[in-house]
Amino acid sequence: MKLYEKTIHELSSMLRAGEITSVELTQSVLDRIDEIDGKVGGYITVVAESAMEQAKAADAKIASGEEVADLCGIPASVKDNICTKGIATTCASKMLENFVPPYDAFVSDRIKQAGGVIIGKTNMDEFAMGASNETSYFKLARNPYDLNKIPGGSSGGSAAVVAADEAIFALGSDTGGSIRQPASFCSIVGLKPTYGLVSRYGLVAFASSLDQIGPMTKDVTDCAIVLNAIAGHDSMDSTSANIKLPDYKKALVSDVKGLKIGVPTEYLGDGISEDVKKAILAAVKKYEEMGATVEYFNLPMTDYAVSAYYIISSAEASSNLARFDGIKYGHRAASFEDLNDLYAASRSEGFGSEVKRRIMLGTYVLSSGYYDAYYKKAQQVRTLIKNSFDRAFEKYDVILSPTTTETAFDIGGKIEDPVQMYLNDIYTVSVNIAGLPAIVVPGGFDKGGMPIGVQLIGKPFDESTLIRSAYTFEQNTDFSKIRPNL
Amino acid sequence: MNYESVIGLEVHAELSTNTKIYCSCKNEFGLDVNTSCCPVCMGMPGTLPVLNKKVVEYAIKAGLALNCDITRASKQDRKNYFYPDLPKAYQISQFDLPLCTNGYLDIDVGGEKKRIGITRIHIEEDAGKLIHSVMGDESYVDFNRCGVPLIEIVSEPDLRSAEEARVYLETLKSVLQYIEVSDCKMEEGSLRCDINVSLRPEGSDKFGTRSEMKNVSTFSGTQRAIEYEIGRQTEILSNGGVIEQETRRWDDGKGENVLLRSKEEAHDYRYFPEPDLVPMIISEEWIEEIRKEIPEMPDKKKARYTGELGLGDYEAGIIVGNKSMARFFDRCIELGGDAKQTANWLQGDIMKYVKDNDISFDDVPFTPESLNELSKITSDGTISITAAKKVLARMFETNDSPAKIVDELGLAQISDTSAIEAMVNGVLEANPQSFEDYKNGKTRALGFLVGMVMKESKGKGNPQIINKMILDKLEAYKNS
Amino acid sequence: MSVTKEELRHIASLSRLKLTDEELDALNIEAVIEFARELSEVDTGDESPTNHISDIHNVFREDEVKPSFDRDDILKNAPAKARGCVLVPKVVE
Repeated sequence: MKLYEKTIHELSSMLRAGEITSVELTQSVLDRIDEIDGKVGGYITVVAESAMEQAKAADAKIASGEEVADLCGIPASVKDNICTKGIATTCASKMLENFVPPYDAFVSDRIKQAGGVIIGKTNMDEFAMGASNETSYFKLARNPYDLNKIPGGSSGGSAAVVAADEAIFALGSDTGGSIRQPASFCSIVGLKPTYGLVSRYGLVAFASSLDQIGPMTKDVTDCAIVLNAIAGHDSMDSTSANIKLPDYKKALVSDVKGLKIGVPTEYLGDGISEDVKKAILAAVKKYEEMGATVEYFNLPMTDYAVSAYYIISSAEASSNLARFDGIKYGHRAASFEDLNDLYAASRSEGFGSEVKRRIMLGTYVLSSGYYDAYYKKAQQVRTLIKNSFDRAFEKYDVILSPTTTETAFDIGGKIEDPVQMYLNDIYTVSVNIAGLPAIVVPGGFDKGGMPIGVQLIGKPFDESTLIRSAYTFEQNTDFSKIRPNL
Repeated sequence: MNYESVIGLEVHAELSTNTKIYCSCKNEFGLDVNTSCCPVCMGMPGTLPVLNKKVVEYAIKAGLALNCDITRASKQDRKNYFYPDLPKAYQISQFDLPLCTNGYLDIDVGGEKKRIGITRIHIEEDAGKLIHSVMGDESYVDFNRCGVPLIEIVSEPDLRSAEEARVYLETLKSVLQYIEVSDCKMEEGSLRCDINVSLRPEGSDKFGTRSEMKNVSTFSGTQRAIEYEIGRQTEILSNGGVIEQETRRWDDGKGENVLLRSKEEAHDYRYFPEPDLVPMIISEEWIEEIRKEIPEMPDKKKARYTGELGLGDYEAGIIVGNKSMARFFDRCIELGGDAKQTANWLQGDIMKYVKDNDISFDDVPFTPESLNELSKITSDGTISITAAKKVLARMFETNDSPAKIVDELGLAQISDTSAIEAMVNGVLEANPQSFEDYKNGKTRALGFLVGMVMKESKGKGNPQIINKMILDKLEAYKNS
Repeated sequence: MSVTKEELRHIASLSRLKLTDEELDALNIEAVIEFARELSEVDTGDESPTNHISDIHNVFREDEVKPSFDRDDILKNAPAKARGCVLVPKVVE
């Protein structure tokens, strides 16, 4: 088994035992990237030189015998909307093609503090707007299980590089499913933490009230390790929760006896594909076999979650993306008549169609005369959605559901129809609207061999229960062992 | 037809905090361009604001001083518009839940008291500065001022003349300076004002269409800008025209305003709750803590000076009008100084010195203790008034105590009666006819004799003692 | 009631986007707005809107100065600059 195929927990032990060095490991991943990223398209930027320097530093740290964090010496791939000091952070947009932030995101800093090796920045939908990675300005990312299919989005690059073993782990961001849907499509583990658990400082904002950064890993153990590294209070993010956190590795216990699981019937209704439904029902059965109790229940407001999500996220995005005006950073049009023309020309040249569509929608719903009918209404629906989850969690420890209605679709399959693309998010957006944590774990494959992920939704700040539930499932199934053939 | 003008002011005051409102960059005027900036105040991607606690406290303090209700559950909102001095392309401000509402400020216009309503006070961030190139087609953007904390104080349309508006602004300024939340330096732009003006037929209680005037940055400018706008609107109405709801820009140099944008061009700011900042819950305890820090307000202070301390309206006004002087005065009184005498020194010789030397009262080098000492040795006759003025002049130049200066300059009066008596006797012996003159009713003789003794004493004799001694001797002769 | 082209042009101008009629057609904003309008079916009564999903409040920073960034770092990404400032076309407002 090649080093790049291994998990964090395997490599971490080997590094500490002196069996391998971080330099070897990092080189192994860099070689793998050279070998296959031309096919996968998972990276926008690879920083071999600085990665090797960080690897050397990590090796020295380990050699000195001092106590090191789990991530010490481990290559990390970071979604390209997370700021990395001195490394281009493009958001997969022409607008930020040349943007090099003079600061680190909280999570980038945490990885560096832990001795992690930032190896590259992953491909994504432009400004995280999309569900297929097709809105990237630079290139397509492809699904390692079928290169003609999309890897999902918006963290498509992160999911693809982890699945294709050209990363040990990656960070993604999830505003309406952007970690979980690609994790599901690429048969990896993806966790969207509770809103406020991981600092958003340095995450280029799409929708501030929904965005969260989370781990995308090869297994649940790695997920716990990465979450330990990135969770925690940050005084630079006012929405960051200041609470005492558990050691998530302690939740790596294969036992769900007595766990109360609810399955929302709305999530298995119209629109779900047979194969996905079959996999979810099999997962339900598995949990029952493992000692959990499962109940079906109604989760009201599911039908409206997607439109509420698009109103709220686009409104916030229209404001968050206004700063890209060609003045302080980012693309500036070569020719313009006056200031307003400079703005409009720079923005029109710098943003792609999907971003423009969301900005237009967001501006519309906030504009004079429409605020109450759209934005305020959506925030009221948000209250109702939250209430329906609160009620469910009075009865259940975890909600189990599909992640998507179907498996990864063909490249070009939906890009022309925005509403169809948006509806792809139906099982994931409610989690962001309600600020809840959710994990996706490999749960099977469809007839064509494309992965299906099982989504587990938890109570606020109860990531431990999610990790335990997902870990138990993983330990009792073989789905994660089926790797793509590249 | 006669028109009544209806005026409301929106005053922006920069708060004198150490740091900016949402980041830890220094809040300081006059720094080199773009040297007090960080990714947060530059609005760089991914950065987030964190609210400076002091800003909330200062706003509440202003609210309490202006008799406002404090909003217990408040929030911040985004105001979206594009402009090169606004890096995020939105300003974080407050829309529907300002920190303070429903207050008032009492003003005194030519001896007449008037209460002006305060609609609201909210916190927001300032924008940067554009420096326009004189020759080229460019403007330079300096982001230092981005994120400097502001409070916007919106008055009710209760003002009826340009003079009232000026007095309101001056009174407001003195309140903000008194509570030490803003230095209110209009010349540095730390106090700015937008003015809403409308006219209505005298006697009408309906509001006319108003215009909003921006860019007014001096007190005298405020008065002139309003007078100009009243004139402009009066002329339109008198000619049968209608006032358009529009935004106009005051040009202080030209003394006129020009149309900035019409109602149709008005911005659609698309306010919505700022998702990056959490709600503010203001507790009763917090409000009371802040209330304790509020010093005596100018109007109350003036009432105390004219009442309890017996000062005249004019001198009380002068002292209250200068916060540092009032603090100095209060300290003198606390230490047992005489109110009347202290007031005389302050608004007389000390103020004159400050003005003549173009310094601020804060630069006065001596302490209230020293001034009290000066007052004391003047009133107990140790030195004469003329000598005291000389001592004061020296007090501006050295750190020496008044007593030491008196010694050095040899200004102490001779109050030793035996010494004075010798001089008096000498003068009387030299001028024997003055006894007769006095007896015959020529009382002028007294003044002449006192003058002679003063001359003899080289000006140091205590005039009261000399006067009494000569008078006694003349009376004795007269009655003998 | 569907959104008019004229409204969309106004929204584009508010958004500082230059969009030709063809581009506007291709973006199909009408369909997205139509989709969003679904929410009008929900009876939200006088339910209070959720602006923040967590109940965190009163997050403040102490008023203590920390060093600012180096000007060169701050301006490094600016497309046009001179004399320590960012350059923009001349504006007067």
